[in-house]
Amino acid sequence: MNGPAVDISSLDFSWPGHPSLLLIDQLRIARGERTFLHGPSGSGKSTLLSLIGGVLVPRSGSIRVLDTELQSLRPSARDRYRGDHIGFIFQMFNLVPYLSVLANVLLPLRFSSARGRGLTSVGAEKEAARLLQALGLGAEFANRPAAALSIGQQQRVAAARALIGRPALIIADEPTSALDSDTRAGFLALLMNECRAAGTTLLFVSHDLSLAALFDRSVALRELNRAAGSGA
Amino acid sequence: MFRLALQSLWNRRVAATLTVCAIAISVALVLSVQRLRTGARESFSNTVSGADLIVGARTGPLNLLLYSVFHIGEVTTEVSWESYQKIAKHRDVAWTIPLSLGDSHRGYRVLGTSDAYFQYFRYGSSRPLMFSSGTPFHDLYDAVLGADVARNLHYHLGSVIILSHGLGDVSFTQHKDKPFRVVGILAKTGTPVDRTVHVSLEAITAIHEGWETGRRIAVAPPKAEDPRKHDLTPMRITAFIVGMRSRVMAFTMQRAINEYDKEALLAIMPGVALDQLWQLVGVADTALMIVAAFVVVAGLLGMLTAILTSLNERRREMAILRSVGARPAHVFGLLMLEAGILAALGAIAGIGLMYVGLVVARPLLEQHYGVFIPAEPLSGTEGLILGAVIVAALLSGSFPAWRAYRNSVSDGLLVRA
Repeated sequence: MNGPAVDISSLDFSWPGHPSLLLIDQLRIARGERTFLHGPSGSGKSTLLSLIGGVLVPRSGSIRVLDTELQSLRPSARDRYRGDHIGFIFQMFNLVPYLSVLANVLLPLRFSSARGRGLTSVGAEKEAARLLQALGLGAEFANRPAAALSIGQQQRVAAARALIGRPALIIADEPTSALDSDTRAGFLALLMNECRAAGTTLLFVSHDLSLAALFDRSVALRELNRAAGSGA
Repeated sequence: MFRLALQSLWNRRVAATLTVCAIAISVALVLSVQRLRTGARESFSNTVSGADLIVGARTGPLNLLLYSVFHIGEVTTEVSWESYQKIAKHRDVAWTIPLSLGDSHRGYRVLGTSDAYFQYFRYGSSRPLMFSSGTPFHDLYDAVLGADVARNLHYHLGSVIILSHGLGDVSFTQHKDKPFRVVGILAKTGTPVDRTVHVSLEAITAIHEGWETGRRIAVAPPKAEDPRKHDLTPMRITAFIVGMRSRVMAFTMQRAINEYDKEALLAIMPGVALDQLWQLVGVADTALMIVAAFVVVAGLLGMLTAILTSLNERRREMAILRSVGARPAHVFGLLMLEAGILAALGAIAGIGLMYVGLVVARPLLEQHYGVFIPAEPLSGTEGLILGAVIVAALLSGSFPAWRAYRNSVSDGLLVRA
């Protein structure tokens, strides 16, 4: 139970009918480590995050997340595992448009009892409100439908959803791309504080290399990926 | 999950409302057809009880049953008074009720009969006729009204009514010279009795004095008081109901009447004739139920189409739910729940629609077809029909749910470069 948060070895991934997109011999991310992953567009950053998040499965190789071999799990077990242990901030935010901001943030707790452990429904709502407030979304946003928010606001709601219930691993795919510089600074400060406080492992992808200094470690995907240049 | 399903449906409220409407209409139709079927059967079956034979001039058994008991259709031939008397006085006959039809009052049939009608006529489970007010007729121009006639035409004891010659809602030939006085109003029976004006056989003869040619002779119309001094024994009657001293004698009597050589008569057993009626209407009955069932299928196919159409748009939504921990079973359950909610709302709205339709159509059905549809709570059969509709809705909902179940989480989340 004390292995790395993410342990990838001999990974080979390709889309059906296409050559390998990712060929990674080894990548380890220690527990509690905050890792900055960067690379040019199309280098396979989002695909790698989807593999680590169990959304995709590799053609071969091993991806162990928190000591669990993801591809050995059935799809429904992978969904459960993701819900229990991983907070995902997608590049496209992926909010449920008709649900309110609060309902979107609380969504992982509906499907994962492990994630909501120790939280009553009132406590969960308070925690969601705290996260939203810290991200600059006051109480007046709580009951608005997600579809009524601006892009930047949606991105912050997606971040709050990933943070709720303090998952062991947060995967953030360019979460600051739609934020202005002030909001981005506040967002990153909150993300770092939350991860530090909960001992959460953070895997953060961005084009913005100036952010790398905020992280424990910076990884260039191009240097890891033997198939670099084939496009994603 | 239930709340999520409700929120999802609310998000697609226009399509969901249309789907609910389609299911509601189909449920209302199938329940109405069922209620009409049972209502019609019960109405017919309850109309005459305890009668062993119905005798009329030779015609079809169904025709005789329909015009004599249900007052449906026209009478073409009649029975002579002599034949009636001969049969009525037979030693095996316990009682008879003579029936004379042909006149009307503001759309309601007038029945000429005798006191035996109030004494021996039975309906439902051998229930006798009861008076809500007044008494049977004593004087020549006394009339006893069925409950609906009195209620709908706002008549009460002492009201004076004019009978019309012939049938129809509006008649231009009226027996204005011989007005009748209402002396009795019968309690509601839920049978054609409620829509009948009852007078004595003698009164029928009296009002037709001077009408021997089928219309009133214009010269010197007889005075209303005159007939009491005449012999008012009718020459002919429409039909008569026979009660035997023992039911087993009904078969012998039926054969004897059907072979009666003085006059071409027909005796029918009401139960047997009703069975023939059900056989006849059974085909239409089944066809109606099949059409109603197909309307339900069409409604459910509408729901299936709506869910399937939305499914493609909702692939991303399902994938988002999977990405935050929902399992394929949750997605399946969510879509099944949505189908179940749509079906349940459709069923509830359909029940409401059926009752609204019942309130609107009931007086018309009673008035024009003599079919009494009770506004009762849902019967066991109707409950089964509703259950079947909901189960069918869940089965049809399981198809899109299964498709969503099989979609991978990456299906709706990833946009490939």
